[in-house]
Amino acid sequence: MLNGLRRVVRNGGRQVDRAILLVSVMLCSAAVAAAEPTEHAPDTMEARLRACVPCHGRQGEGTNNDYFPRLAGKPAGYLMNQLVAFRDGRRRYPPMNYLLEYQADPYLQKIADYFAALRPLPLPPTVADVSPAVLARGRELVTEGDRAHGVPPCSGCHGPKLTGMEPAVPGLVGLRAAYISAQLGAFRYGTRTAAAPDCMQLVAASLTETDVTAVAAWLASQPIPPDPSPVPKGTLSMPLACGSEPN
Amino acid sequence: MQIDRLLLLAVLAMLALLTDSSRLAIAAPAGDHDLVAKGEYLAHAGDCIACHTNPGGALFAGGFPMATPFGTIYSSNITPDPTTGIGSWTADQFYGAMHTGRFPDGGLIYPAMPFASYTKVTREDCDAIFAYLRSVPPVHQPNRPNDLRFPFNNRQLILGWRTLFFQEGEYQPDRTKSAEWNRGAYLVEGLGHCSMCHTPINALGGSSQSQAFEGGLIPMQNWYAPSLTSNKEAGLGEWSIEEIVDLLRIGVSHRGAVYGPMAEVTYDSLQYLNDTDVRAMAVYLKSLGQGNPLAPEVSGIPAPESSLLMSFGQTVYSTHCAICHAADGRGMPPDYPPLAGNPSIQMESSVNPIRMVLNGGFPPGTAGNPMPYGMPPFAQTLSDDEVAAVVTYIRAVWGNRGSAVSARQANELRTAPLD
Repeated sequence: MLNGLRRVVRNGGRQVDRAILLVSVMLCSAAVAAAEPTEHAPDTMEARLRACVPCHGRQGEGTNNDYFPRLAGKPAGYLMNQLVAFRDGRRRYPPMNYLLEYQADPYLQKIADYFAALRPLPLPPTVADVSPAVLARGRELVTEGDRAHGVPPCSGCHGPKLTGMEPAVPGLVGLRAAYISAQLGAFRYGTRTAAAPDCMQLVAASLTETDVTAVAAWLASQPIPPDPSPVPKGTLSMPLACGSEPN
Repeated sequence: MQIDRLLLLAVLAMLALLTDSSRLAIAAPAGDHDLVAKGEYLAHAGDCIACHTNPGGALFAGGFPMATPFGTIYSSNITPDPTTGIGSWTADQFYGAMHTGRFPDGGLIYPAMPFASYTKVTREDCDAIFAYLRSVPPVHQPNRPNDLRFPFNNRQLILGWRTLFFQEGEYQPDRTKSAEWNRGAYLVEGLGHCSMCHTPINALGGSSQSQAFEGGLIPMQNWYAPSLTSNKEAGLGEWSIEEIVDLLRIGVSHRGAVYGPMAEVTYDSLQYLNDTDVRAMAVYLKSLGQGNPLAPEVSGIPAPESSLLMSFGQTVYSTHCAICHAADGRGMPPDYPPLAGNPSIQMESSVNPIRMVLNGGFPPGTAGNPMPYGMPPFAQTLSDDEVAAVVTYIRAVWGNRGSAVSARQANELRTAPLD
């Protein structure tokens, strides 16, 4: 119960927070009025989240760096799960763990909603530097899976256009090969974990190294469709149970 | 008749007793509730949660790894579980642990537990914290053995440490000071255990009382905990009480923001304290910084080289920093902190400003500042030379008086731990 109370104190009470914010804004304005006038920071999420720009781009579209993902347009539930997992250390990446360590759930939800709603121009897909045979294997795994080895097709959960499904299955297009293969490795080795049952841990464990290269290369070579929105909740009947995606 | 009367009296007396005891029975839980609530508040003041709760783990179940120069220490389970927690402890034994740094069996507690500060906490407050800890859900989770290198795995060594650095005794008020000042001193020196970071730590892992609150590099974390007595560092002698209160409790102020390990203190502890107590701490902290005039800093880098650094630094600043911190360094407080006149940028140690440029960071999300503005990490964007130049620049313009920074110093901090 106390745990719950603590959570309420940390995460809830938005109205109280708002009231306190209002009061502190009033106090701050009073203080500023008394001192020399200085400019105010814009009261926008964009101005609050400049910390995200160097790695994720001005509008969450991603950057030229191979290891930093696009955030824009991914389902808010997925982004929220990742923000919480970074904060609590369930997904290990020290620069992100550090940035989110002392933020409460309501703010993380606002951050998730902000990036989910953005629709920036997509970055161009990368040209795959793998053989046509590897690329074909990648396409096969993504669209059909590999029954013999217990690998479901990616499109079964991530959608026919691979733009994800509400509320928490991420899109896979618009990402770079290095990022995708690093994530599959992180699922396999336990540095990226999700709520049980951790479906991606099972999928990643059933892929060979070559499979990972093939899937990553093919996905990275696909253009983002004109409407990158995830499909609505319940559109797909998922072949695996995933703790992160209530269905 | 007389016997009847006696009987009646006896029955009435018994009824009265019953009524009284039932009143007591009703009153007792309410008293417990108050005690538990007081204990919860004091546990926030002591920031027990920061070490005794693993992020995402069960409240107070311990197991949180603390890296020390001597190896890793794992915090203990302080839930009321009778076998793996402190469920079988008495209030006397809990007070003993807090006050003397010994387990109920007399064993020595490693000084990673700040008992050198907690010894100042009154018996009454210890009892309240104990009542609160007994009220949280018990968690059956055995303590993880510490992973300390020889010879530090020998607990008898703690005896030597205690002789040098531990002075047992509750806080003694200074009668020449106000009640508010004394309350602040009690919280800062006792439950707040501020000296654990803000006093230089020597090679033996001890903090000397003669250098109390003079600042120092936090071992293993590579953040510099500024001096609370020098106005050139975090000495707050020139700050208003309001500004100190905002910094401590909200995490941002018109003078600067908390970051790094101090963000954790505000997030887990100080934001839950009431205005009276934070104000008392501010009064005490402000008094520590008084009578310490600023002395000019002497640059460690020859003039021609530092002037090159300065012009290069100005270019980097205009490109990447001025959008938030403004060309004149005044920022847009409290959201984009001012750099002009900000003591944490000008300290003798340049560790913190370099790390802020490399790693960026958000002030803690608090009730008073639920959606903080974040500083971008520039480790990916800027070279060592650029980091050195821009930090040198912000340390030396707008009346700031910090020394120059070298590319090597910037490079060394790229590998500083982030957690």
